Amino acid sequence: MYEVEASKEHKNFLQKIRRRKKIILITQISIFILGLAFWEIAARLSLIDTFLTSSPSNIWNTFLKMSKNGNLAYHVGISVFENIIGFTAGTLIGVLVAIGLWWSDFLAKVLEPYLVVLNSLPKTALAPIIIIWIGTGYDGIIVTAISVSVVITIMNMFNSFISVDEDKIKLLKTFGATKLQIFKKVVLPHSIPDMISTLKVNIGLSWVGVIVGEFLVSRAGIGWLLVYGSQVFQFDLIMMGVFILAIISVIMYKIVSIVENKFTRWNQ
Amino acid sequence: MLLKVINVITLIAFMNIIKYDKLSAKGELLMSKNPVLEVKNISMIYHTLNGEVEAISDIDFKVYEGEIIGIVGPSGCGKSTLLSIISGLITPSSGEVIVKGRKVTKPSKNIGYMFQRDHLLEWRNILQNVLLGLEIQNRVDKKAVEKAEKLLDTYGLGEFKESYPRQLSGGMRQRAALIRTLMVEPELLLLDEPFSALDYQTRLAISDEIGLILKNENKTTLMVTHDIAEAISISDRIIILSNRPAKIKDIIDIELTCPNNKWSPINCREAPEFRHYFNRIWKELDIHV
Repeated sequence: MYEVEASKEHKNFLQKIRRRKKIILITQISIFILGLAFWEIAARLSLIDTFLTSSPSNIWNTFLKMSKNGNLAYHVGISVFENIIGFTAGTLIGVLVAIGLWWSDFLAKVLEPYLVVLNSLPKTALAPIIIIWIGTGYDGIIVTAISVSVVITIMNMFNSFISVDEDKIKLLKTFGATKLQIFKKVVLPHSIPDMISTLKVNIGLSWVGVIVGEFLVSRAGIGWLLVYGSQVFQFDLIMMGVFILAIISVIMYKIVSIVENKFTRWNQ
Repeated sequence: MLLKVINVITLIAFMNIIKYDKLSAKGELLMSKNPVLEVKNISMIYHTLNGEVEAISDIDFKVYEGEIIGIVGPSGCGKSTLLSIISGLITPSSGEVIVKGRKVTKPSKNIGYMFQRDHLLEWRNILQNVLLGLEIQNRVDKKAVEKAEKLLDTYGLGEFKESYPRQLSGGMRQRAALIRTLMVEPELLLLDEPFSALDYQTRLAISDEIGLILKNENKTTLMVTHDIAEAISISDRIIILSNRPAKIKDIIDIELTCPNNKWSPINCREAPEFRHYFNRIWKELDIHV
């Protein structure tokens, strides 16, 4: 008797939560659609100047036109390629350096002030130097992207490595573990969640590097589309570039989230 | 002639000693001639920028096979430092530690260490956690896994071997931590306030269980605690340490007549001698707030 009643209440409770979730989702989607609709209507009624704001339909048309002649795929492909190489390399190099710092306390202490300075420096300021040194092709842009994410990765990962409970390391030592074993069995798995959140941040940071790099030198890519669009005052093109950037970022973020779920199943 | 007589007498006397020795070994007075652990004149001095601090001063004792030794002392007196020295994690300023005749210079396989908190690795399930020690020593095989499963079954964790630590209660986690320590088959167990992170009820229950497990597996154990009652209920002997620098103030043999002749830490708390030991240790600790 009691159980039946309880389960009915529980059903109500679950229903309430589900309904709330649905309402939130519906509101989120409506804001987006309403926003686009207002924008479109305002443009059609000439309440705003489409020369300065473009309009959803114009953006869509530009998108269709550029997809058809393959231009879009080309530019997006180049930027995505630069970005993927940029953030994987940035994360990888950052993690490796952090491992080195964890391994050698002396090194960590020596490099600390340099890292602090490098970290507070706006990395995009280095872009012109990097491009002169490395070159104006993909490589220069990729290195710019790496430079944006690598220092913060080093600092985050190093902090994550040293935040492992001292007693856990002591425990492994009592089993006779070597330093490599301590790293592999405790320090690294402990830091995987931090590594994934760093990866998420790095995707965004690498986009900054890629776009800035493309602004400066490129002949192709989304950054180049944006610069070109502003030079010829084609707002449809600029807006489309921004939209595409947003969509790609979301897709990449989702992919990393899936990876994250796989690696942190013990935490659910 | 005289020399011969003396010789014979010595021989007889010598044989008697041997006989007596055998007898006493059979009797429960002396558990074994060879101590599992010898702590010889350990001193420890810490150096800091502000000077040096003597943490431990000339500590000397022996532990025999199957004994459970409790170490009590005022907080901050250097109990944990002592355990770290015995385990080989830190080197004493002077003196030496000998386990089964071998000098301890670094952490070794034959010493098991248990901490205040269980330190189960959150990303490993219970079975993987229990096998951690063997994994580090490259000794995981089918037999080891079977043994781990058997121990988990015996001590009530059988159905949780696929679970992750966060799904277990504090008491169960601490039990898993003990099994992890037992898996490497240590000859000496060091427990560093193993129950103090638990709430009082769990603490009573788990100290009872773990006391029984230790006796059951005949493990020689050294347990640091700040809980006097816990120390009396589990230990065969209690070492009382003084304030910093820690010295041995007294070593008390605990002999409790537990109700119904059934030894278990909780049961033995009802022994008539219990409160005498309690008062004696309390006085010797000499704690003023």
